[in-house]
Amino acid sequence: MSARSEAAVLAFSPRRVAAMMLRYWYLLRSSWPRLIELIYWPAVQMITWGFLQFYVMQNAGFFARAGGTLIGAVLLWDILFRGQLGFSVSFLEEMWARNIGNLMMSPLRPIEFIAALMVMSIVRLSIGVIPVTLLAFVFFGFNLYGLGLALVAFFINLMLTSWAVGIFVSGLVLRNGLGAENLAWSIMFLFMPLTCVYYPVTTLPVWLQPAAWLLPPTYVFEGMRALLIQHTFRPDLMFDALALNAVFFAGGMFGFLALLRSARRHGSLMQTGE
Amino acid sequence: MSVPPAIKVERLVKIYKQTPAVDGVSFAIAPGTITGLLGGNGAGKTTTIAMIMGLLAPTSGSVTVLGADMPRQRYRVLQRMNFESPYVEMPMRLTVRQNLTVFGMLYGVADLAGRIAELAEALDLTDLLDRPTGRLSAGQKTRVSLAKSLINSPELLLLDEPTASLDPDTADWVRTRLERYRREHHATVLLASHNMAEVERLCERVIIMKRGRIEDDDTPARLLTRYGRRTLEDVFLDVARRRDEAREAAQ
Repeated sequence: MSARSEAAVLAFSPRRVAAMMLRYWYLLRSSWPRLIELIYWPAVQMITWGFLQFYVMQNAGFFARAGGTLIGAVLLWDILFRGQLGFSVSFLEEMWARNIGNLMMSPLRPIEFIAALMVMSIVRLSIGVIPVTLLAFVFFGFNLYGLGLALVAFFINLMLTSWAVGIFVSGLVLRNGLGAENLAWSIMFLFMPLTCVYYPVTTLPVWLQPAAWLLPPTYVFEGMRALLIQHTFRPDLMFDALALNAVFFAGGMFGFLALLRSARRHGSLMQTGE
Repeated sequence: MSVPPAIKVERLVKIYKQTPAVDGVSFAIAPGTITGLLGGNGAGKTTTIAMIMGLLAPTSGSVTVLGADMPRQRYRVLQRMNFESPYVEMPMRLTVRQNLTVFGMLYGVADLAGRIAELAEALDLTDLLDRPTGRLSAGQKTRVSLAKSLINSPELLLLDEPTASLDPDTADWVRTRLERYRREHHATVLLASHNMAEVERLCERVIIMKRGRIEDDDTPARLLTRYGRRTLEDVFLDVARRRDEAREAAQ
């Protein structure tokens, strides 16, 4: 085989990524419960927290000035949580379908598989969250898109974290089987108290605050509060989050590849049950 | 110059928690042949095939497939091989056509629609193409899995009990298609099975495994002559019981 044709054989293939996206699109299209599930919980959560915010705004001076922080936090949290879930659930579909052996035996590279899962997490997130942001506007007058370029910065950082976590969790499920599935549903809630979704970092005990600043979403939620309360966009927070996300993403990829190697050693790819 | 083997396995060992599943297996398979890997449950057939596919890393030893060292260089050759196993399934909610489209794209098949139509014709799947795979009978699902395993016209086909759970008529039908595919494509086929009739009919060479080791390796005709038996099933039983009797005698 010539060097050029060998390089072509080993190269990243957008066609294989497209094949996997097509596979998940076929699945979503064929299953209305899957589509409903994408939108149902974000909508319920946003409406509940929206009414709570409405109530406290009528009764507390600070919250009257901090209009939209709760709904904004709910929507940004959903980007983080649903982004990771969108990634992990697409991966879990392969485990549930007992299809992972077919994929691992095909020319699909792990990096292509991950790229497809990342794109699908955005597709699933869009299906679930875009209608909810419109509901937030209709019900509570909160326009998430009014955040403008800041929203883009928030979104990029939250998605990077969600993918990093999703990649690592997928590696754990690949290595340990569906017994580790619950992690996919619950791991992001570990981040919730520490990333200070609904309150400033200063609310945490002093000794815990450095731990919070090690997590990229903390910078996003602080940035959102700065924008909504002080009307100031903090690019410094976004760059710090981006740098941390680079570390998280590299860690997630490294973990996934190490767990995949371990799965190959232990025969986990042949036994994808519990 | 001699033709390099399609598969070369040397001193292959796989140990799970100090228990050897495959214990020092070596063999080479010539291109264009059908070889049967025969053995009872736990003989190490599936483990050996998984290591050949690169799905499982050996504890020691080496596997070379179409000239590539597995699993290290697997991406050089995965496009030229394929497999079918009852231990993996096709996504159930996708239609047969959708599944074949996805796998065809993964394998980089040119004129995919044409290839799907050709396989559907050959495997009698044309009427099933737009039905969800999960709603098919066991025999129909096996035909779909077979279509997936042939989608890239593989040079090397690994089959793990391809007719398990099929009725005799469907199993015979599948064997006929496999024979035809091998003949028309000069493909190499490695077939793990504990169905003696299947191995006897399809294979020009039989490797008999027991407790992770190769107990015998020859053509079906020579095995029958050497053991003085009329069927491979009798040969298999002789091999299966030989060691046990020797062990009992020693004890």
